[in-house]
Amino acid sequence: MTNMLQVRDLHVTFVTPDRTVHAVNGVSFDLARGETLGILGESGSGKSVTLRSILRLHPEHRTRWSGSIKLEGDEILDMAPRALSDLRGQRVSMIFQEPATAFDPVFTIGQQIAETVRRHTGKSQTESMKRAKDLLEMVRIPSPAQRLKAYPHEMSGGMRQRAMIALALSCNPTLLLADEPTTALDATVQIQVLLLIRELQREFNLGVIFVTHDIGVAVEVSDRIGVMYAGKLVEMAPVERMVDAPQHPYSRGLLASTVHDGMRGQRLESIPGAPPDLAEVPSGCSFAPRCKFVRPDCTAAVPSLRDVEAAHAVRCVLAA
Amino acid sequence: MLLYALRRLIYLIPVAFGVSLLVFALVHLAPGDPISAIVPPDAPKEVVDKLKEYYGFDQPLPVQYLRWLGVTLTGDLGTSIGTGRSVAAEVGSAFGNTIILAIAATSLAFTLAVILGTAAAYAKSRVVDRLVTMISLIGVSVPHFWLAIVLVIIFAVELGVLPPMGIGPENSTGWTFDRAHLAHMVLPTIALSVIPLGVVTRTVRSTVKETLSMEFVTALQAKGMRDSRILFHVLKNAAPTCLAVMGLQAGNLIGGSILIETVFAWPGTGFLLNSAIFRRDLPILQGTTLVLAGFFMLLNLTVDIIQTMVDPRIKRG
Repeated sequence: MTNMLQVRDLHVTFVTPDRTVHAVNGVSFDLARGETLGILGESGSGKSVTLRSILRLHPEHRTRWSGSIKLEGDEILDMAPRALSDLRGQRVSMIFQEPATAFDPVFTIGQQIAETVRRHTGKSQTESMKRAKDLLEMVRIPSPAQRLKAYPHEMSGGMRQRAMIALALSCNPTLLLADEPTTALDATVQIQVLLLIRELQREFNLGVIFVTHDIGVAVEVSDRIGVMYAGKLVEMAPVERMVDAPQHPYSRGLLASTVHDGMRGQRLESIPGAPPDLAEVPSGCSFAPRCKFVRPDCTAAVPSLRDVEAAHAVRCVLAA
Repeated sequence: MLLYALRRLIYLIPVAFGVSLLVFALVHLAPGDPISAIVPPDAPKEVVDKLKEYYGFDQPLPVQYLRWLGVTLTGDLGTSIGTGRSVAAEVGSAFGNTIILAIAATSLAFTLAVILGTAAAYAKSRVVDRLVTMISLIGVSVPHFWLAIVLVIIFAVELGVLPPMGIGPENSTGWTFDRAHLAHMVLPTIALSVIPLGVVTRTVRSTVKETLSMEFVTALQAKGMRDSRILFHVLKNAAPTCLAVMGLQAGNLIGGSILIETVFAWPGTGFLLNSAIFRRDLPILQGTTLVLAGFFMLLNLTVDIIQTMVDPRIKRG
């Protein structure tokens, strides 16, 4: 497999007159065509910021980027606005967490899919609507011809997310970014949407980056899982490896704090403390203040991401 | 949509009835006797009684109301006590003049407000935003009759480039679309547009700013939409709120331009109302108020219908 996406030493900083937030502090990873990478982390870990950086969706005047994001050899961080807007929705598209707010409420679903098709393919209005109808059919929305004329508020949450997936796939992208696409949905609908994404990913051989805080979801969809903490990847491993033998104390804590079968009556594990303030650049391991195994060398320098095995990297001085 | 409009139109009937009752009652509750305005103070009692009988002021109020309502519904608004002309004709020509001015002022205010408000909402530099906020603040705070006088002093008296008052040249009989009449419109239009400009600019700025912070704008960027297309999406979302405010302002312009029309001697409804009040010309007062109230109702209805057309979430039930 060749690497379609290369992210190298990505730093994202938000600068406002009042404060500076170092949201992402040196993230690097590769993604191959047809591969699904799950990025797992709690709120504020920088997972969504990393994802949105791939489309450069942060407000330009308040965001400082450094590092490199290369898609099929093209550097996204250096791209001119016009080229960037050509890329968005065509080569790379995105599914949002809340389909209720990600659709414009005063345009029909059909109009919103068709305008994307028109923008990137130059097809006529009628042809674009036809394509929109086919797409709705592809994501298994019943009576697609009528649904084209529906406004977002006239559809259920699951239906809207399907329509969002249809929109994202309208111009045959190679990379699909999913920003917690199932978080706002009911548990039963969640499974259906996950299965749909998985199926379409195989069918179109998409590269998918799936951001979530739900370990169950991440394990379900991913080939590889990256765990983020305080703007850094702390561990990256194939999904089985991550489930069976997590190395970083934070990954272990996360996996231990989930509910599995046969846990009735047992106390649920939790990680004490709260994530650090991202206003300051850390001088040691960001997780050290909450870590049970902390040693003096943890705070001496920022630990590097080391391979402990093939395709398994950990950012911890303890990892062997 | 047509059915909705029809239903809303039917709902207007009870409102119109209430308005007619109010208009009738207000005039009769106000102190002063309309007859005393047209006869000398020392007029014999028989003459006054005769006039009262002629105008129907000797009847009990409910009878007066029903008689008035009856003839009003046929389109006859009575005869002016002051001029002896038909009220319908007086109000008709005055209303036409007011509408022309109101349309000009509304268009000017709304166009500028959308441009300024959108620019301020989009502005990344605080200077632009502050400047627009200042303009809108001045718009709502400056007394517009004072501004009218200042405009006259500058452009008519000092510079002498624009006429100070009236609807047209001396011998003008009514408004026509020509250079002279347009020149007469310039100052009143500017003076009249400052308040709606201020109010609507503020509304547009805050609504567009709020819309810009919504997730769907990011989603539009994420699917590669061009900025102009995104602006179209944003404006369509902001339109219902801005239209509602604009509708109210337009209504105020029609009814509330008494001061401006008086400063510029513009023969509109405000001017007519003002003189009718001083002359205690009851039929004119009633007729003008009724026409203005009716127009206000229709304007609100129009705004409501446009809103439901723009935003499908507004229930048509």
